[in-house]
Amino acid sequence: MTRTPLRPLARILAARRAGENPDAIERANLAARHEADRDEQRQRAEGRLLVLGIVFLCAFFMVGMKMSVLAASDPAEPRALASGAQIVAARADITDRNGRILATNLTTHSLYAQPPQMIDPERSAHELAAIFPDLDADKLVKLFTGKRKFIWIKRRISPEQQQAVFDIGDPGLLFGPREMRLYPNGHLAAHILGGAGFGREGVTSAELIGVAGIERAMDETLSDPGRGDVPLRLSLDLTVQAAVERVLAGGMRLMNAKGAAAILMDAQNGEILAMASLPDFDPNDRPRPLVKGDPAESPLFNRAVQGVYELGSTFKVFAAAQAIEERLVSRSTWIDTKGPLTWGRHRIHDLYDHGPALTVEDVIVESSNIGTARIAMMIGPERQQDFLGRLGLFSPTQVELIEAPGAKPLLPKTWSEIHAMTISYGHGMSASPLHLATAYASLLNGGHEVKPTLLIQEAPVRGRQVVSENTSQQMREFLRQVVQRGTATLAEVPGYRVAGKTGTADKPKPQGGYYEDKVIATFAGVFPADDPRYVLVVTLDEPVETSGSEPRRTAGWTAVPVAAEVIRRAAPLLGLAPGVEPSAVEGVTLARN
Amino acid sequence: MTEMVYGSVPRGGGEPILPRWWRTVDKWSMSCVLVLFGIGLLLGLAASPPLAERNGFSAFYYVERQVFFGGAALIAMFAMTLMSPRTVRRLAVIGFAISFLAMMLLPFIGTDFGKGAVRWFSVGFGSIQPSEFLKPGFIVLVGWMIAASNEVAGPPGKSYSFALALAVVLLLALQPDFGQASLILFAWGVMYFVGGAPFYILAGIAGLVSAGAMFAYRGSEHFARRIDGFLSAEVDPNTQLGYAANAIREGGFFGVGVGEGTVKWSLPDAHTDFIIAVAAEEYGLILVLAIIFLYATIVLRSLFRLMRERDPFIRLAGTGLACTFAMQAMINMSVAVRLLPAKGMTLPFVSYGGSSLVAGGIMLGMLLSFTRARPQGEIRDYLVRSGR
Repeated sequence: MTRTPLRPLARILAARRAGENPDAIERANLAARHEADRDEQRQRAEGRLLVLGIVFLCAFFMVGMKMSVLAASDPAEPRALASGAQIVAARADITDRNGRILATNLTTHSLYAQPPQMIDPERSAHELAAIFPDLDADKLVKLFTGKRKFIWIKRRISPEQQQAVFDIGDPGLLFGPREMRLYPNGHLAAHILGGAGFGREGVTSAELIGVAGIERAMDETLSDPGRGDVPLRLSLDLTVQAAVERVLAGGMRLMNAKGAAAILMDAQNGEILAMASLPDFDPNDRPRPLVKGDPAESPLFNRAVQGVYELGSTFKVFAAAQAIEERLVSRSTWIDTKGPLTWGRHRIHDLYDHGPALTVEDVIVESSNIGTARIAMMIGPERQQDFLGRLGLFSPTQVELIEAPGAKPLLPKTWSEIHAMTISYGHGMSASPLHLATAYASLLNGGHEVKPTLLIQEAPVRGRQVVSENTSQQMREFLRQVVQRGTATLAEVPGYRVAGKTGTADKPKPQGGYYEDKVIATFAGVFPADDPRYVLVVTLDEPVETSGSEPRRTAGWTAVPVAAEVIRRAAPLLGLAPGVEPSAVEGVTLARN
Repeated sequence: MTEMVYGSVPRGGGEPILPRWWRTVDKWSMSCVLVLFGIGLLLGLAASPPLAERNGFSAFYYVERQVFFGGAALIAMFAMTLMSPRTVRRLAVIGFAISFLAMMLLPFIGTDFGKGAVRWFSVGFGSIQPSEFLKPGFIVLVGWMIAASNEVAGPPGKSYSFALALAVVLLLALQPDFGQASLILFAWGVMYFVGGAPFYILAGIAGLVSAGAMFAYRGSEHFARRIDGFLSAEVDPNTQLGYAANAIREGGFFGVGVGEGTVKWSLPDAHTDFIIAVAAEEYGLILVLAIIFLYATIVLRSLFRLMRERDPFIRLAGTGLACTFAMQAMINMSVAVRLLPAKGMTLPFVSYGGSSLVAGGIMLGMLLSFTRARPQGEIRDYLVRSGR
């Protein structure tokens, strides 16, 4: 565009010459320039106004969209605050292997008050206190007449209590549906199930979350809404579990033990059929964790999984198995058992003198510490570590309990020859009874590794080979000898050909050293010896058997009889046919059919 | 002869005032305003009885007041639309001066009605919120200043107007009323933008506004609590926002039915800040979309008419009024749908509130007066443009 000059001199000069007033020209010129300026401004403004218009249009559109989205979504709370609103089971049931309920949900109600709607707060407060003895009437009166508009009174009430509250007839007392977790079997399998509590809580519903055990470990699976009504099926057998717990509780009382644990495992695939830890608790009313002292003293403590103990002579079979597997010895190789065995300043003793030498088989049968230590010397620390590691004794078990990853075996910091020797007979390293059961299953089931599990295995699992079939069979024969003529003769249950090993370990003092009169007595075994189906581990904490002239603490007198009783009760429940004389086999089979 | 001695008798343009007004005024926008006012009354019938009951008045006490103030507002609006832009400007400047003074007096003789912000003068029949009346005056004044600064050898109106805006914002922040303060800043920014702001300054202003918001968040507990309530992902159903969102959900597309809503019982501001929630609950999404459509129509039509306006003052002042009006409506509705944090801003013409209603009437009256059709030299425009 051409610029309009401020003062059009040529025109003004011409006007002057003509005698006209040049101011008019100047004014006209100014006006034209002003007009041009305005035009320019307007064009710029036009564009910017368009931008504004579009921005506002978009903004209005956005508000409208957001409003539509909001209007199309469901209200946060159900329309009716009434308790009749349908609540879908948000958490899957847990059943045993045969589908019997271990944990299910029950719709109960929570009780809350809205004081502004209450008609007679004082009377209601007193009636409530009469229904719930733990409530204080005066406090309630204070709450109901105060400024608060919403008060939780009870998180869970029973239908009878609900009816009683309903009969008070105060419109300010309201109920919110509460799905609660119910364990119909009470104490049974308490440590496995753990327990559940409320997570986020609203008026009309509350989230159920697992707080311990398998409820916590499988929390996501259980609360997966996509799961529908499919229950979580465990490998446990409710009947067997009940029998094991009952026998164990009796055994614990008879043997004056302060705690006990038992694991019955399928030797072939690692399924845990029963697992008990005593003392136990009721998962419906889970006790509070101890705030001081040793958490292992709490009934919440799962001795079978969380408790790591020196398991004593039960470890001897690992040394023997490795030596035979690696062809360092055969079962009839003579091992020097002259005591004591001195290594540096350490001296290794046997409980009894076993004479100058024993065969490898008899080292296990007679449970000779010196003999096992000598075998461990042949193996050496590195290969021993390798072998025990393959049996799963060095890492936490992978069982589906929230407590399992925390139960790490205690290992020596360095692994010298003396450690190899003591560990070969079960001292110097600690593992949980579940570790022991898993290792026994792997070693004795034909030599393939198993992983402990609480979930039912649909397909047969077969882990990698840990020892050869042959070694495995020899070990079963050794352990059968232990029961027939060794330290575990009380474990003989007619017909079930039990094979197993005892272990009695002095309990370590917290401040170092070992107690003289406190032991962990363990029996670990497999049955039937010729067809390994089940592994059983029974551990008693500080047992003492006082029927004789002097107190007896060795596993052979404490853990073994309990284990025998467990097998006697559980084996028939498991459907295991007792081996009888060949002539009678047919009849028994027919009877079973 | 008489005419030669005394001068000619002044005569109008030959067309009577009212017909000319009817011909030139933006009839669609005006109808939208009337409809909005009607909707406001309709919603007031539903939303205010609970409040009236709480305060011990007859059920429709607030509706009656709304009708009274609405009448005043509509009269003010019609009066304004009849005026010429020059008269409007004069009145606006006077109004601005008065309300500015009134706002300076607020800390001494104002009242906070127990709401934590001194915004009101308590007078016999009710209360007056001077900041509502300040807004239209301020916008017109700023429009004038910026327009003047674009004249040849004009005053530095942009700087002056900015200083004025800051002064007003400061006064509002002292109350505290950050909602109105941000609205004032926004109005100034929009007019500056349309008045020809260089882009680097626009970017700078955007930065300043965010910094100011941060400062307000840090400095004022009142403000921080509201922002925090917004930012927390899970909205507590027992807050105003939670109730509002739930009401909108309850309403769905067609509402729960007239008078059937429950949100008005639980929201203390159901008749003012959250009236849209009442609308959504009782009449559903349909009414809400209709309200949005009405606002959008007023704003977009006004902006479109202002695009053709040659007079820079009218264009700027009109833009400021239209955009502030739109912004206020948008902020109110965005709060209800949680696009923005909670902010005490009324929905113009729909919410209950004497000051807000009358000030809204004045504001829209000014806007409609500015958007009246007047000769814009279209033919010349056409010739000049086609000549280029």
